[in-house]
Amino acid sequence: MSKIVSLKQAIAENLRDGDTVAMEGFTHLIPFAAGHEVIRQGRKRLTLIRMTPDIIYDQMIGVGCAERLVFSWGGNPGVGSLHRFRDAVERDWPVPLAIEEHSHADMAARYQAGASGLPFAVLRGYVGSDLPANNPRIKTVTCPFSGEVLAATPAINPDLTVIHAQKADRQGNVLIWGIVGIQKEAVLAAKRAVVTVEEIVDELDAPVNSCILPHWTVNAVCHVPGGAHPSYAHGYYGRDNAFCKAWDGIARERDGFRAWIDKHVLGSVDFAAFRRSIARG
Amino acid sequence: MAEPAYTPNEIMTVAAARLMSNATVCFVGIGLPSAAANLARLTHAPDIVLIYESGTIGAKPEVLPLSIGDGELAEYADTVVSVPEIFRYWLQGGRVTVGFLGAAQIDRFANINTTVIGPYAKPKTRLPGAGGAPEIAAAAGEVFIVLRQNPRAFVDKLDFVTSAGHLTGGDSRAKSGARGKGPTVVITDLGVLKPDPVSKELTLVGLHPGVTAEQAKAATGWKLKVAERLEITTPPSAQELAVLRDLHARTAKAHGQQVGEG
Repeated sequence: MSKIVSLKQAIAENLRDGDTVAMEGFTHLIPFAAGHEVIRQGRKRLTLIRMTPDIIYDQMIGVGCAERLVFSWGGNPGVGSLHRFRDAVERDWPVPLAIEEHSHADMAARYQAGASGLPFAVLRGYVGSDLPANNPRIKTVTCPFSGEVLAATPAINPDLTVIHAQKADRQGNVLIWGIVGIQKEAVLAAKRAVVTVEEIVDELDAPVNSCILPHWTVNAVCHVPGGAHPSYAHGYYGRDNAFCKAWDGIARERDGFRAWIDKHVLGSVDFAAFRRSIARG
Repeated sequence: MAEPAYTPNEIMTVAAARLMSNATVCFVGIGLPSAAANLARLTHAPDIVLIYESGTIGAKPEVLPLSIGDGELAEYADTVVSVPEIFRYWLQGGRVTVGFLGAAQIDRFANINTTVIGPYAKPKTRLPGAGGAPEIAAAAGEVFIVLRQNPRAFVDKLDFVTSAGHLTGGDSRAKSGARGKGPTVVITDLGVLKPDPVSKELTLVGLHPGVTAEQAKAATGWKLKVAERLEITTPPSAQELAVLRDLHARTAKAHGQQVGEG
């Protein structure tokens, strides 16, 4: 059976209310289209994991998809705060959002541990920081060889990881290049994985050391050109900085945000329709 | 006296850039640190190695990145590695000589807050969070910090210590297990602060031209110690200013041009 399915089908089959989901990307290749599909399907009580939650998580938090956020840096890069995220943390709107906060080095190590079948990650982390005192999931472990005390945090094993990549072949092998971030580890740590891609090609034609996720590590591959917009896809399109700046105004007030979501995301059948909708304004 | 031909931001960036050398391997924070590190690369330190936490090693961006993972950084890098690799092999592995950070708030021992203003459980202002900073601050050979000096940023007590500077001063950092030396200099729009060799309390050691120690004290939320002899920053050269302004102009143009694409 082909792994190449519609994004609607992929989300419907792989994400349930209450799941833990990681939609990863480090500025590059953020799976925006998939996030919108989660909003359209009205998923609730999700635990969202991401090193760098940005606009797409702001949207998902703002519509009330999430009850918990696990992260290490939350913001609209180069622009400022995430207003929906802050409204949820500071004023419980539209629903309370519990947060579990780590550092980047820790989150990366936790995904690696998850992908490696280990129960926890170990790192030289958080020296002198107040984070461990405010996050019971940051503990210490003593090295049995040297006696050094190191930070220990639980592995991340999401129910579902979603990423966006440049290419897949018809079998569903996925190729990703440029800033590859944490995507490989996030996919290999997850129980299920969905990948949206810019292109589906006959041959990946990739050098041997390329970052490839073999088809048998992913559950579904979806052809969604432009699916990382307004983030960028190296070799395909640049970051839409104008949208990222405009988001600051769109998300600032609850009513304006809801109206924007209703009109452009819920009012569109898929991501291509959404792109046409925002182009019309 | 003629008006200075540069802004406070410009002399801050230039003064910070001058701290970098060709031998520096710099883990670069976004914003002011990135501008200063790239100014160094484009002027006196062409061989400096710039590392961004998105995994780009030897980045040589033509324009300043808006975000730490911009394609610009990958395009001209020596190599691009994964995020776990950048933190584990390159930072934790001890290959970074300078961690270059900004901050929302700093205290007298150069501890940094980028997490919350107000209580953690019910913050008045939720800031972006730690990102890579706690481990950069701990593991880099030394740490340079650049931020604008005012009483909201230079506070008597941090609401939250995100990343360690010299903790409670004295030998508290040395005992903490942090491997790097910690902050060795703080560059602001008013002058230069360095930790006292023994107490580790930040002390004003330099001023930019035209700034007084009284101004620096007024911009600091604790009773700022002032060195007996204050060095006055050499004003930016015509070349430094030209390169910095050109970099900012190219950056504005490039980010403007991407508008609506894709």
